Amino acid sequence: MLDVAANDEAQRHDDIEAVARLRDREAFGRLFRFYAPRVKAYLRRIGAGDDVAEDLAQEVMASVWHRAAQFDRSKASLSTWVYTIARNKRIDSLRREKRPEHEPFDPDADSAEAPRGDRIVEAEKVRAEVQRAIGELPREQAELLRIFYFDEKTHSVIADELGLPLGTVKSRLRLALSKLRVTLGGLAE
Amino acid sequence: MTDSPALDDLLLAHAAGKLDEPVALLVATHLALNRPSRQRYQRYEAVGGMLLEELEPCEMDASALTATLARVERGPNVNGAIGAARTVHGGRPRRWPAPLCHYVPDSLDELRWQGFGGAAEAEVLPEHHGYRTRLIRVRAGRAVPAHTHEGEELTLVLEGSFRDASGHYRRGDIEIADASIDHQPVADPGQDCICLAVTNAPLRLTGPIGRLLNPFVRI
Repeated sequence: MLDVAANDEAQRHDDIEAVARLRDREAFGRLFRFYAPRVKAYLRRIGAGDDVAEDLAQEVMASVWHRAAQFDRSKASLSTWVYTIARNKRIDSLRREKRPEHEPFDPDADSAEAPRGDRIVEAEKVRAEVQRAIGELPREQAELLRIFYFDEKTHSVIADELGLPLGTVKSRLRLALSKLRVTLGGLAE
Repeated sequence: MTDSPALDDLLLAHAAGKLDEPVALLVATHLALNRPSRQRYQRYEAVGGMLLEELEPCEMDASALTATLARVERGPNVNGAIGAARTVHGGRPRRWPAPLCHYVPDSLDELRWQGFGGAAEAEVLPEHHGYRTRLIRVRAGRAVPAHTHEGEELTLVLEGSFRDASGHYRRGDIEIADASIDHQPVADPGQDCICLAVTNAPLRLTGPIGRLLNPFVRI
């Protein structure tokens, strides 16, 4: 099961490279079939109607095509990269705000950079770590994490929908986030 | 402050796209200057990627792929994210990191400064959802007059360094101060201290919107 997932991920990395270098439409089609319905689901969850979500999902996928050459697997997994494009599209289109993006600026940003091969290994490690961290969360905490990332709802609306007191929602989410922090960053609470 | 749950909340909320633009600007500029935060932030974005993968897919139109390829033919759309920055400006390195360089000119003379004591402030963004976004300049060795806040204040050090009762802050550090803190920041001698400060107004605090982690987090 895990191996299959890893193979899919490897296939998608090959596909995005083929889109970047060869403008390969078949490879893009495979990426489209995987990502477009998920990006649409993301936008639907945020509150976009079906037409708007469909339109924006197509726009996100068009950005994936145009920016394919900028994807750098030594920095993030493909899903992470697509997520950031979808998130920024949401802020831009649905919230009508700008999204300030950082670029490393500190003196050690370049000099401390590890060789590319090492960074790819590191990026894959991050992916595995994150997958494990999410997998280890109890079901109801994982659901709240999805709500935090994917919903624009206020927490009192979420509490109503889940039929839970507001305080419970807040403390559960805080617990989920701090667990995630500890697993991911080793940051003590 | 470079390692605290409050800072972590901000990184997480930025990765989830929940911060309003003024706070996002401050956090993104912090990320440009702070490598450990960048590494942590990378993981929070990876959480978003993993959750996206696991979402129950939502069916696209039958013609969606064809329509998207037709869109592609029409060329790229201007996208809303800003940050792709020139790091060199007129042959010189830029004074401010991206994304701040898109908001603040290299030369401080181009801003409208209002003085108070050894310090002066200039607006960076017009008031936005109750947020005030300012550059603050404190002369080397001088103090900002003692003050409390009506709301919370995030202060990011851009140049120089300062000290107050809560600690010592250097380039790239964020101080997170709430209304209960009565502080008098003092710039270290030798260099003027320049900070980006984002304050939220009382309106934001008492509004109907519930809040969860940090008052700056959009929920």
